[in-house]
Amino acid sequence: MTAIDTTPPLPAEPGPVPDAFAASRKPVMGQQTWAWIGITPFMIFAILFLIVPTLYLVIGAFQDADGHFTLQNIADLFTPSILNAYWLSIKVSLASALIGAVLGFFLAYAVVLGGLPAWLRPTLMTFSGVASNFAGVPLAFAFLSTLGRMGLVTVLLRDFLGINLYGTGFNLLSFWGLTLTYLYFQIPLMVLILTPALDGLKKEWREASEILGASSKQYWTMVALPVLFPSVLGAALLLFANSFGAIATAYALTGSSLNIVTILLYAQIRGDVLHNQNLGYALALGMILITGLSNGAYIWLRARAERWMR
Amino acid sequence: MKQSKIGAWIAFIIGALYFIVPLIGTFEFSLRMKRGEYSFEAYRVVLTDPNFLASFGYSVLMALITVIMGAVLVVPTAYWIQLRLPKLRPIVEFITLLPLVMPAIIIVFGYLRLYNSSSWLPLTANARSTDLLLSFSYVTLALPYMYRAVETGMRSIDVRTLTEAGEILGASMMTILFKVIFPNVRVAILSGAFLTFAIVIGEFTMASLLNRPAFGPYLQLIGANRAYEPSALAVIAFLVTWACMGIINVVGNLKSNKRPA
Amino acid sequence: MAFLEISDVRKQFQQNVVVKGFNLGIERGEFVSLLGPSGCGKTTVLRMVAGFESPSAGRILIDGKDVTPLRPNQRNVGMVFQAYALFPNMTVADNVAFGLKVAKRSPSEIKSRVEEMLAMIKLPHLASRYPYQCSGGQQQRVALARALAHKPKVLLLDEPLSALDAKIRVSLREDIRALQRSLGITTIFVTHDQEEALSMSDRVVVMNEGRVDQVGAPFEIYNDPATRFVANFVGTLSVLKGKVLDAKAGRIQVGKSEIIASRKIINHNVGDACSVALRPEAAVLENGHDLGSGRNRLGGTIDEVSFLGSVVRIRVKIDDDAISLDTFNNPSAIPPQRGAPVVVSFTPHDVLVLDGETKH
Repeated sequence: MTAIDTTPPLPAEPGPVPDAFAASRKPVMGQQTWAWIGITPFMIFAILFLIVPTLYLVIGAFQDADGHFTLQNIADLFTPSILNAYWLSIKVSLASALIGAVLGFFLAYAVVLGGLPAWLRPTLMTFSGVASNFAGVPLAFAFLSTLGRMGLVTVLLRDFLGINLYGTGFNLLSFWGLTLTYLYFQIPLMVLILTPALDGLKKEWREASEILGASSKQYWTMVALPVLFPSVLGAALLLFANSFGAIATAYALTGSSLNIVTILLYAQIRGDVLHNQNLGYALALGMILITGLSNGAYIWLRARAERWMR
Repeated sequence: MKQSKIGAWIAFIIGALYFIVPLIGTFEFSLRMKRGEYSFEAYRVVLTDPNFLASFGYSVLMALITVIMGAVLVVPTAYWIQLRLPKLRPIVEFITLLPLVMPAIIIVFGYLRLYNSSSWLPLTANARSTDLLLSFSYVTLALPYMYRAVETGMRSIDVRTLTEAGEILGASMMTILFKVIFPNVRVAILSGAFLTFAIVIGEFTMASLLNRPAFGPYLQLIGANRAYEPSALAVIAFLVTWACMGIINVVGNLKSNKRPA
Repeated sequence: MAFLEISDVRKQFQQNVVVKGFNLGIERGEFVSLLGPSGCGKTTVLRMVAGFESPSAGRILIDGKDVTPLRPNQRNVGMVFQAYALFPNMTVADNVAFGLKVAKRSPSEIKSRVEEMLAMIKLPHLASRYPYQCSGGQQQRVALARALAHKPKVLLLDEPLSALDAKIRVSLREDIRALQRSLGITTIFVTHDQEEALSMSDRVVVMNEGRVDQVGAPFEIYNDPATRFVANFVGTLSVLKGKVLDAKAGRIQVGKSEIIASRKIINHNVGDACSVALRPEAAVLENGHDLGSGRNRLGGTIDEVSFLGSVVRIRVKIDDDAISLDTFNNPSAIPPQRGAPVVVSFTPHDVLVLDGETKH
């Protein structure tokens, strides 16, 4: 479900190297068509196992049971139970993305620019690589063992500080409980994405602003934060999409008691709980739109950030 | 100067606690199976459970198949894009990013409708072909990471010049690909492979919806029915993830140590 | 007292002494270069003037005011960095306006000042471009405008040309010099390129291993290097082994010939080994092997001919040593041939005498 590559961001475009040469080096006409064969397996795979299945759902969302065009499925999405599921998913994703982005930023800042010992940085990066991939079912187990009714922290708080965690209204199987659990992979993901961006802040920018009379605060508000803004916002969007599409953690944590949209869709796929196959497709379409938009915005913002950083 | 350093330490310590406490909690919980004492009983129960071994073995096999298919699909494509079809780079890049845009549950939902037993390509009709479909779905999950890793690796070497050097020396295309390009991006492939492994090994959604006996659904089942074993399994899963990441780091270091010499 | 006074400045990083007792006074409006190889401490001196490093000992005064304890943002100096120091999130105009905005000048004043600066660097049409849309040369001009916009007392240039293409480098260095003259701003220029230092500066400070080896006008540095290091680092030199015959009269034995140097040979006694150095433009070439009776004539054979365009550089082998000399290209003459016997002559005034034997 969750994973993040640990490779640094690529430059947006490789520069003007290939095209001009490529043209002059293709001596025979036939070679152009021949060249296509090289990526045919990939294309066939992508069409069969990525594009067509998705299109099938998208088209199905606009059809009734007999295959006629209709907008009824889309309209039916706006019923309270489905809207609630979307809304809860959006709330959890938004909360975990925003909190994850802020905390991840401070953590990345602390190791990159905070003047901490140098060995902390690779330690944190390796750990973030692990934690950002430590999602799914085991993550739910970990939080149940820690903050569940019999979890270590719950028990310690009760026995040593006399605090009854669940008496305060806290419940792991709730909105905040799920958000707190998601943060376990969201924060490291933010650290991994943001560290290269913080590294990209050139020492000369700080020095130039300082020698032009700016204070440290002015440097941050006028230069560093605006430069980082596309990266931070883009990363937050990626975090949002990341938790929006997640299911395993939530399912293992709460069963089907927390009605987020992925769990609803899961139930629909297994047992047609909506009693309408095509409504299920519309449900999927809504998810594709939401994750697609936030990821698209992320990719756009990343390209923008990389253009600046060059 | 001093003050910001204290702030950095505070941020780091809070972060560290947030990440370490659940691990300690999980480990502690996993030792509680026997009343009144700490023991590794939960681990014993789990590790001797035939279903554990079977599902874990199944997922390991799936992960291996995924890695191999992913490499076979991605490496020649990335090479070809770099060498002959740079104009298609944005399209291929977009396709490889699609699985990030589309949640796993959407992709597998599409499979179930498109490749069901009464369709033109009934991949879900029997267990073996469903296994194949599951590994295809895992390849899509791995695609963004695999492609990124391999593409970065190929950019860091000059694929075009290496290929032309090979051609001048009379090597065939296959020789060039396997003797020249492949060894040079081996590190990239390996790190992509272990990342894929870490993602696939505990994957729940796709395996569960395709009804395959993988490790992810097994975990979920145990979680729903047992008290202490899930914690032991979480510790094991964490160690596996950690091992994969550790290997990626080691492999990456091998590269950086070898290059300057 | 000079306008910018650097006195007894030392800088130590842990055990490593990078700058050892640096003294320099720079007059108002003067253009001074710090020249030396990498690691000689020149950049550290500049960064101490800027305030990015604080000296381990010594003081820095600007216009009579001790700035040593001040932060960079309190010093009112301008600085141009090696490369890519423009703020990437701001347009060219916003970059130039940055120092003025920070100083809370009025918007109308900022606007007119920015226009003035962009006109000065001849890039008014780039005002609304972002740095990534500008070439390297354009970026460095903008950096210059940004550094000058808030009317600093001192301008610091930290190898601003080293990341640029050769042609742009030459045209930009002329522009920088012209701008500096017309504004009359006191400037320190750090470079490892002797050609830049010699062509742009009022005075050049040659640094070596944290010390000043020589301070002087470019022609003094070139024609009259104070140390062997300066002689070698600035310009090209041919060095011949010799033996002192008469220190006062400047007579030196080189091979079978005798050479007279018009400068006094200090620290040498009769019979000491010494090195005789010549600039490539100082020597004159004659065909044949007639040494005649004149002094300062050495016989040899042509070893290598490099055609450099307007100049032809010829290496003449003389016994175990070689002299490189430059002749102007003469389209109507036959180019010199390898192996041809020649005589190299030079005036006593052109002879530099350096300590000890050369190290090859």
